[in-house]
Amino acid sequence: DEWRLSCINRDFSVCHSYPPVVIVPKSVNDEELRKVALFRHGNRFPVLSYYHRKNGMIMMRSSQPLTGTNGRRCKEDEKLINATLRPGKRGYIIDTRSLNVAQQARAKGGGFEQEVHYPQWRRIHKGIERFNILQESLIKLVEACNDQSHNMDRWLSKLEASNWLTHVKEILTTACLAAQCIDREGASVLVHGTEGTDSTLQVTSLAQIILDPRCRTIRGFESLVVREWLQAGHPFQQRCAQSAYSNSKQKWEAPVFLLFLDCVWQILRQFPCSFEFNENFLILLFEHAYASQFGTFLGNNENERAKLKLPQKTMSLWSWVNGTEEINRFLNPIYEANSLVIWPAVAPQSLQLWAGVFLRWNRPSKYLDEAQEEMVRIINYNKELQAKVKVLRRHLAELEAGGRMQENP
Amino acid sequence: VENVKLLDRYTNRKAANGTLYLTATHLIYVEASAEVRKETWILHHHIASVEKLPLTTAGYPLLIHCKNFHVAHFVLGQERECHDVFTSLLKLSQPVKPEELYAFSYNPKMSKESREMGWKLIDLKLDFQRMGIPNNCWEITDVNKDYEVCSTYPPEIVVPRAATKAVVMGSSRFRSRGRIPVLSYLYKENNAALCRCSQPLAGFSARCLEDEQMLQAIREANPGSPFMYVVDTRPKLNAMANRAAGKGYENEDNYENIRFKFIGIENIHVMRSSLQKLLEVCEMKSPSMSDFLTGLENSGWLRHIKAVMDAGVFLAKAVREEKASVLVHCSDGWDRTAQVCSLASLLLDPFYRTFKGFMVLIEKEWIAMGHKFSHRCGHLDGDPREVSPVFTQFVECVWQLMQQFPCSFEFNERFLLEIHDHVFSCQFGNFLGTCHKEREDLRIFEKTHSLWPFLLQRKQELRNPLYRGFTAYKELQPNTLPFSFQFWCGMYNRFDKGMHPKQCVLDHLLGCMSQKVELEDSASELENKLPFLDGPLPGEPSSVPKPGHPAPKAPVGNTAPDCGGAAPPVLSNGASPGAVGSSVDQKHKENLSHPHQELSAPTETSDCAAKDGKAQHQ
Repeated sequence: DEWRLSCINRDFSVCHSYPPVVIVPKSVNDEELRKVALFRHGNRFPVLSYYHRKNGMIMMRSSQPLTGTNGRRCKEDEKLINATLRPGKRGYIIDTRSLNVAQQARAKGGGFEQEVHYPQWRRIHKGIERFNILQESLIKLVEACNDQSHNMDRWLSKLEASNWLTHVKEILTTACLAAQCIDREGASVLVHGTEGTDSTLQVTSLAQIILDPRCRTIRGFESLVVREWLQAGHPFQQRCAQSAYSNSKQKWEAPVFLLFLDCVWQILRQFPCSFEFNENFLILLFEHAYASQFGTFLGNNENERAKLKLPQKTMSLWSWVNGTEEINRFLNPIYEANSLVIWPAVAPQSLQLWAGVFLRWNRPSKYLDEAQEEMVRIINYNKELQAKVKVLRRHLAELEAGGRMQENP
Repeated sequence: VENVKLLDRYTNRKAANGTLYLTATHLIYVEASAEVRKETWILHHHIASVEKLPLTTAGYPLLIHCKNFHVAHFVLGQERECHDVFTSLLKLSQPVKPEELYAFSYNPKMSKESREMGWKLIDLKLDFQRMGIPNNCWEITDVNKDYEVCSTYPPEIVVPRAATKAVVMGSSRFRSRGRIPVLSYLYKENNAALCRCSQPLAGFSARCLEDEQMLQAIREANPGSPFMYVVDTRPKLNAMANRAAGKGYENEDNYENIRFKFIGIENIHVMRSSLQKLLEVCEMKSPSMSDFLTGLENSGWLRHIKAVMDAGVFLAKAVREEKASVLVHCSDGWDRTAQVCSLASLLLDPFYRTFKGFMVLIEKEWIAMGHKFSHRCGHLDGDPREVSPVFTQFVECVWQLMQQFPCSFEFNERFLLEIHDHVFSCQFGNFLGTCHKEREDLRIFEKTHSLWPFLLQRKQELRNPLYRGFTAYKELQPNTLPFSFQFWCGMYNRFDKGMHPKQCVLDHLLGCMSQKVELEDSASELENKLPFLDGPLPGEPSSVPKPGHPAPKAPVGNTAPDCGGAAPPVLSNGASPGAVGSSVDQKHKENLSHPHQELSAPTETSDCAAKDGKAQHQ
C-alpha cells in the first residue's frame, strides 16, 4: 500500500541511467519526482531496492544529493525520503564514502543529507574505494598471483599491498551493516555514494543476498544481477573494458562487479549449503561481464541497450544459462534451501583469496575438480537410494493392500 | 569458584557468568546464565600459560593460553580467589614428575587384555615387511637391543645387510648421540631408500672409515643409481657453525659418489618464536586486513611451513624420479629430519594416508625414532627453550596437502586436530617421554593406554567422505608456490567459532554417509520382504537404480595391504563404518544383479498362498 510503480522514466528522459519503470513511495507524485531528480547526482532519485517482508523495512538507493557548499535543500527530496518511514520509525542513510570524501564532494556540487533536514534519519559513513584505486588493486593482485618466484614473504607482502582483500572486507562489512539495520534494528535504509552506480550497488545487492533466501537461488541471483546491476545502471561497458592487463590507463575502468562477485563467493564459502549455485556460476558471470557472445552485459545502462536494440539483436546470457544442459554445471550439490538471514564473518581470518578466479590459470585444478565430482556422486547416490526405497515401500504397501483384498473377497 | 565471567574475545556480547571448578585433571567452567547448560573444559596439561592481568571494573582477570590454541579470558570477583586459582593452575599445569601425568591415572573401563592389544595395534615390523624388508640388501637388526648403539633409537633398526656390526658401531661413534644412518622408507618400485641419521662429528677435517662404509652400503643397496643424496636440512650457516664444535656435515671428498645438499629449515628456537608471533596476530582484536597479512608475513610461519614442504617434496622427487637413495639429517636428527622423512613417506606411499598408515607413520618416524615430545611439548616443568612446534608444523603440512588433494586422505581435518590435542594432553602413553628407552623406563606399556584404538573407534566422525580409496592416487606432487599455502584458521583460531564457515561441508557429507548406510539397510530389508508377500512384482524393476553404479570406494582402503596387524577385536568391534558399508554394498549389488531370483521366488510363495487358500476353502 505504500509503494507504486512509476513510469516517469518511460523514455529515459528523467534519468538516463535508470530503467523505464521504478518503484517509489505512493505519496510522492511524478511531478515531485522530477524535482527530486534535479536534486540528485545524475538525476538518480531514491528508488526502492528491497522490501524486507519479515518486518516491512525497506532499502532504497540513490546518488548523492546536490547540496553543494551552501547547503542547498530540496523539499520534495526530504518529503520522499521521510515518506518511506512509518510513524515513529527511524532510518539510516549509509553513505559509502568516508566523511572526508563526502565533505570534499560538496566543493564539486555534491554532498550529503544534513541530519537537521532529515530528522528521522541517522547518517553513517563507510569508506568503500572507487575507480582507479580498485583498478590498481586488481592489477597488483593479478601481478602478485602471476609472480612465480618461490618466496613466501614476497607473496604475502604483495597480497597485502594489493589491498584487494581490504576492499572485500570493507564492502562486506558495509553490506552487513545495511542488513543489520534492516533485520536487527528494524530500521529502513537509504544507500548512496557519489553516483550511486558502483559501491551503492555492491552494498544493496550483497545486503539482499544476506537477507533474502531467494537471491541465493540461481533464478533469484540472476534477477538480482538484472535488477541491481543492469537495470540500476552500473556502467559495465566503462567498468569492464580491459580487466587487469590494460596498457593504457582507462579512466573509468574498475573491477566493481568482480568485487561484488568475490564478496558473494566469500559468503558462499562460509555458507556452502545455502546457495543453489556454485562457484562456477560466479566465475561465469565474471567472464561474461568482461567479454561475452551474449548481449546481456553490453552497454552502460538500459537506455543504451535499448538504443543498440540488444534485446532484438543479441542472445541473452540468462536464456543460455537456464537451458537445462548448462545449468547442471552451476548447481551446488549440497544446496538445502535455507530461509534464514545469513551473517558472514568479516574477520581477516575468515576471508580468503578467491583462488577459483585469481589462481585459476596458475595451478592445476584436477584434484579439486575430482573432489567436486566425488561430492556430486555421494549426493546423487543417496538420491537414487531414496527413490529406490520409496518405490519399494510403495510396492510393499500395494502388495499388502492387495493381499488383504484377496483374503477378504 | 562462583560468579566468574568468561569473556568473548571478539564480540562485545555480554560476558557469560558462571562457576569455575578445578578437578584433578580439568578446569571446568559452567555457565549459569545460559538456557542450555554450557560447559567449557580445559585439560590442565593443555594449559601453556596463566596470567593475572591488571584489575578492571569487572573484576580480576585471569588469561589462560592453551597449547591447542584455546584462549580463555576469565574474570573473577575477588583477588583472593583469582590468586588461588592462579597458583593452583600453575601447579596443576606444570607437573614435575612424569608419574603425575594424566596417562598414569587415566582409567577408561577396559580389560587388561584390550589395553595390551591396543599397544600392539601398530607393529612397525609389519610396515617394514610391507616394504619387502628384510630382503637381500636390508635387514632388521636388534643390534641396539641394549641401547649400545644409540640410547634414543628403538631396539630394532633397519640397516644395510652389507653394514657389519663393526661398521655400525664405528659409525655410531662418528654420529652425534650415536644416531647412525638407518632406513626410514624403502620405495619398492625402484629400491631407492630414504634414510636418516644425525650430523657427523666431522669438525673441520675428521673422518671415519666405518661411517663412509655405512654410506657406501646404503648407496650400493640401490644398484639403480650411481650416486646418493646426503641432505642436511639445516641452513648452511648453522651447519658450518657446528663444525667449530666438532660436529658439522659430510665432506663430499671423503664419501664416494654422494651429492651433498643443504635445505634451509630453521631451528627449534626460530620456529618457537615464529609461532609466538603468529599467535599474537591471531589474537589481535579486530585487526584490519593489512594488519593481519603483514603480521602473518612477519611471523614467518608460512615461510617455515613451505620450507618443510619443499624439503619433503625434494626427498620424494629424488627417490621417485631420480631413483636415488637419500640420507637426511639435521643436528640430532629428531626434529627437522622427522618432519621431512615423514612428509616424504606420505607423499610417496598412499598407505600413510589411511588411518592405520598415518598412525604407523607417527609411531615410526616420530615416536620410535626419538622425537622428544616431552621436551618439545613441555609436558613437564622444564627448560622453555626446549619447547618448539615441530610436530605442529608437520600436522599443518599434512593439512596443507589435504587442501590440495581433498580425495587422497582417508581421514579428515578433525583427525589431525585430535592427534594434535593428544600430543599435549598426556592422556595416552604414546607421546610421553623422549624416546623408546625412556618410555620403557616409565613403563608406559604396562601403565598407560595407547591413543590409536580410541581414535579408530571414532572413525565414523574422523573419516574423509571424499576419500577415493587406496589406489586412486599414488604419489602426491603438491604445488609449493607460495599461494598454495593457506592460513589454517581451523587450527590457530580453532576456538573462535565465529570466524569459521557457518555451515560445514564435512558435516553435511558425513551426514550423507550415515544416511547412505541407513538407506541401504532399509532398501535390502524391503527387498527381502517383498518377494514373500505375493506374486510377481508389478513390472517396475527398471525404476530401481541401475546396477552399473560404482560401488562406494571407502572400503577399498580396508582391503589394501594392511600392515598394522590385526586390530584388537574388542576395540574395532567390526562396527567401523567402512565394514558395515561394504557388507551392505555387497548385498545391495547382489540384489541388483540377480533380479531373476527375486522374480522366481514369488512363485513359491504364491503356491503357498494358494495352498493356504485351499485349506481355507476346505
